Amino acid sequence: MSHFLAPVFETGFFDSDAVRTAVIVGAVVALLSGGLGVFTVMRRQSFAAEALGDVDTTGGSGAFLVGAGPLWGFLASGVLAAGAMELVGIQRTRGRDLATGIVLAAALGLAALFLYFDTTVHDTTGAAQTVLFGSIFTITGSTIPLVAVLAFVVVAIMLVIHRPLLLSTVSPEIATARGVPVRLLGVAYLLALAFAVALCALTIGSILSTALLVGPAAAALRVSKRPGRAILAAALLGAASMWLGIVLAYDSYYWPPKGTGWPVSFFVVTIVFVIYLLSGVPGWRERRRARGGRG
Amino acid sequence: MFSGFMVNAWVVASVVAVVAGVVGFFVVLRGSAFVAHAIPNGAFAGAAGAVLIGVDTLVGLAVFSLLGALVIGVLGRRGRHDAVTALALVTMLGLGALFLSLSSEYEPAVYSLLFGEVLGISSNELAPTASLAAVCVLVVALLYRPLMLSSVFAEAGQARGIDPWRMEIVFLFVVALATTMTVPVVGTFLVFSLMIGAPAAARSFTAKPALALWLSVALALATVWAAIALSYTTDYPIGFFVGSIGAALYALGRVWAAPRRRLDVDGAVTSGTQPPSHPPERHTILT
Repeated sequence: MSHFLAPVFETGFFDSDAVRTAVIVGAVVALLSGGLGVFTVMRRQSFAAEALGDVDTTGGSGAFLVGAGPLWGFLASGVLAAGAMELVGIQRTRGRDLATGIVLAAALGLAALFLYFDTTVHDTTGAAQTVLFGSIFTITGSTIPLVAVLAFVVVAIMLVIHRPLLLSTVSPEIATARGVPVRLLGVAYLLALAFAVALCALTIGSILSTALLVGPAAAALRVSKRPGRAILAAALLGAASMWLGIVLAYDSYYWPPKGTGWPVSFFVVTIVFVIYLLSGVPGWRERRRARGGRG
Repeated sequence: MFSGFMVNAWVVASVVAVVAGVVGFFVVLRGSAFVAHAIPNGAFAGAAGAVLIGVDTLVGLAVFSLLGALVIGVLGRRGRHDAVTALALVTMLGLGALFLSLSSEYEPAVYSLLFGEVLGISSNELAPTASLAAVCVLVVALLYRPLMLSSVFAEAGQARGIDPWRMEIVFLFVVALATTMTVPVVGTFLVFSLMIGAPAAARSFTAKPALALWLSVALALATVWAAIALSYTTDYPIGFFVGSIGAALYALGRVWAAPRRRLDVDGAVTSGTQPPSHPPERHTILT
């Protein structure tokens, strides 16, 4: 590689299979969840996304227990939880958080039990860490087809429903009056969300998966109020955070204190948070100007 | 089950349950389930950081849960509250992941922080837990009426000069304090279960606020006691029992309340401030 990039990319970055897989999977997941996240933020379902991620902890640890890949566990539990939330009543704004919370609480209890079995019965050390905080560098190349299929399903669902979904998000009343099946759309969207969260959980861990969904989208929506632009911006911001996070994590193997590398999830999440803070700057300056220059 | 070190577990867990019942009641009333989930989980990073630099876990928990409450309160005032809560949560969790990877203690430490270790409570945790609990309950008792009013009818509270944002900050701080004392006992994940399950169930059983508050405390105590007993006899993690019992209580409450709720809707018990599509649980609390 060229000389001037040497301080940025440590030796071997472009030769490693693990890194290549991480870069591909990370980009797909980040683009996807960034775009989808705009709907999540607009529908004020951040808690649902967060809960789905946490519920995936249950699935991931359960998958370890039976010896399946964590992604299958993430998927199964995510879809189940989405169904449960819908049943307990996620469609109402009021009481929705409570319904989400109850499902979440029950699932976390199960996660505790599964992780307990993982560590005591099966002696799979590292299960908790992998499930909770992800390990993008351990994704094998054979996972890519499955990731691609899931991503394709999410994109297909969203292509079909995005226009009526947008209407029913902005104004459920008008949507209902026009005969849009609001509730059905909500279910389809929740399913897409469950898939996307499972993919996020695979890359940056189940309890951090919300970062990729909510962070870039919230930042994009602060800068642009137009959904189309916001979706594009969120997807790009997400992918950028992901790649920067991977590069930094790779470099961090040479950092103090131990030379074991800092977690990718930490970098990605921190970058996302900084982007969100920065996204407030334009609006803040406009408000300042509107008030005559003095805060 | 009641001898030696177990006495500590029973006492501390009971204190925790009382606080979770009181604070959780307002969490459910205000619909701040997400905040009650985010602050404890974020506080996890504090505990991990405390382990890393070798200070008392309680200090780390306190610093991070108060910090989280502040970030959510300040950023959430202007931005989208739920998105900000999610972001604050994951940022702190990301820090937690970093602290954990840098420190040498790994799996067991993570596990007990996340899912609690009530059976390993030592007697010197008794005093800090009890004093934090006293502060929590005292603040709630002092602010009982304005907090109740601004939780149920933010507009009416504002008309009487209660600043909803200031109330929110105070409330976030109470949640943060409750978190600090509860996490070492039941773990970051299960603080939330305890704060949501019992109070939500209590509100399904009765519409009277004061009664619901007492019932919430009673149910939280029952949950914790049953969970300890079951965890002691089966050796399974206490978090599993807290989570399942909480969800079961809530399900019971829903079943119990279902026929009455339908009656309420038919009787058109709606106040002018709410659209009719709202579930009646919100206004029956004052009738």
